[in-house]
Amino acid sequence: MIQPILEVRDVVKYYEDKAVLNGVSFRVFKGETKIIIGASGSGKSTILKLIIGLDRPDEGTILVDGEDITKLDEQQMVHVRKKIGMVFQESALFDSLSVRENVGYRLYEEGVDEQEIDARVRQVLGFVGLEDAIDKRPSELSGGMKRRVALARALITEPQIMLYDEPTAGLDPITSRKINELIIALRDIKSVTGVFVTHRMRDAFTLATEYATNGDHEIKFHTEDNFICIANTRFLLLRDGKIIFEGPDEVLRKSEDEYIKRFLA
Amino acid sequence: MPLSPKAAIKEVQDVSFLAARAFGSIFRRPHYVRDILIQMELIGVGSLAVVMLTGFFTGAVLTLQTSKTLSTFGAVGYTGALVAVSLVRELGPVLASLMVAGRVGSGIASELGSMLVTEQINAMRALGTDPVKKLVVPRVLATISMLPVITIVADAMGILGGLFTSVFVLNITPNLYLNRAWDSLRYMDLFGGLLKPLVFGATLAIVSCHCGLRTYGGTQGVGRSTTQAVVASSILIIVFDLFLTRIILAYTR
Repeated sequence: MIQPILEVRDVVKYYEDKAVLNGVSFRVFKGETKIIIGASGSGKSTILKLIIGLDRPDEGTILVDGEDITKLDEQQMVHVRKKIGMVFQESALFDSLSVRENVGYRLYEEGVDEQEIDARVRQVLGFVGLEDAIDKRPSELSGGMKRRVALARALITEPQIMLYDEPTAGLDPITSRKINELIIALRDIKSVTGVFVTHRMRDAFTLATEYATNGDHEIKFHTEDNFICIANTRFLLLRDGKIIFEGPDEVLRKSEDEYIKRFLA
Repeated sequence: MPLSPKAAIKEVQDVSFLAARAFGSIFRRPHYVRDILIQMELIGVGSLAVVMLTGFFTGAVLTLQTSKTLSTFGAVGYTGALVAVSLVRELGPVLASLMVAGRVGSGIASELGSMLVTEQINAMRALGTDPVKKLVVPRVLATISMLPVITIVADAMGILGGLFTSVFVLNITPNLYLNRAWDSLRYMDLFGGLLKPLVFGATLAIVSCHCGLRTYGGTQGVGRSTTQAVVASSILIIVFDLFLTRIILAYTR
């Protein structure tokens, strides 16, 4: 039986007296992207913070690559976090460091040789299309460029799992499209498992209906058209801290549930 | 807003935990030597000008005030002794620490507070770095190591300020002022005067880091944390000074 790379079991999380997550369970398999959608305050971002150990659940367990992370302390979480990359909602770049230092942060921390850091930073910046911005400061970058640098920073150590916390929020459609294409390429070309949090249905359906292939010297993007379920993506809809839908986009679109219909409208 | 007793106890507990975590991780790898050196420069070299000015004018004013009192006993010649002892034992460490609390404490709280509200601290943790080791420990070590140095500079500038006033206002000869100052100082005065900035440095750095790391409420929260860091550090410096002075005097009788 195939083991999930990420499993959330009966997780409950309270903030003050309010249950933000109330018995949430789901599994993510290798190479799959789980899109978590829901209204603001439904607990989407909280799930990501629990997965990477920035916060702890009050009940339930979270297994990363088979290991229960809910009992680990900050020191023990270091090796778990090496398997996970995260793109924050507002990029969260270190504003006192250059793009090179931001992207190569993990490598500098690990004491990797300066020349190797430079090569790997250039490679990953090339992937997100920002090689020219290597010596710039975050304050010199546009919103979309910051998100791409944040993506490059998360990718530098080639993590098995990527967490995306509304990576396209506040961006124009063209820049959003670029970010979505990078995430699709990571899923389909590099088989990176992902958890993508958003309330923008347009972005969510782009991820669910498009797939990437390796063309001659460039990555090509295609839509599923009549071939359903090529894009390895499943939806998860949260409402008031509970999962009310889990499945592929085709089933989500056909749902008769009133709340889902209103949400998709 | 005044703190409830429960909230006050929670604050003390949180500061104590942060101090324990910071001191507990000083000897654990990785060691951020570069960050420590950068903070030493920011805290030490960066505070020199303000501490030199404060020390000089405090010494000058202290000389004027003490000479007035001493003149009623015909002991103006002892001005140097009184000024030196007051500066080395008390005013140097306290004034230097208060100046650093105002300048550096506010900087630490606002920097860490801004990093917190923009999720940079979370990003750091997500990238596998312990923010206490990376951000708190270098600031604590740099403040502890630089504050005694700054205090020595403040003491020296204070004595120099006193010399300036003595010579040009009170017409005391430089030799008399300096000899009285030198003769009045004991090793225990120097020891006490350098022990205090060690404690004050640790206090202001830990309190400022704590205020920064528990910031909430966006940019307004950063401003609030900055103010709280300076106020809390300054009050604690003055309170700890009383206890330290009592302990030091008990051992130097």
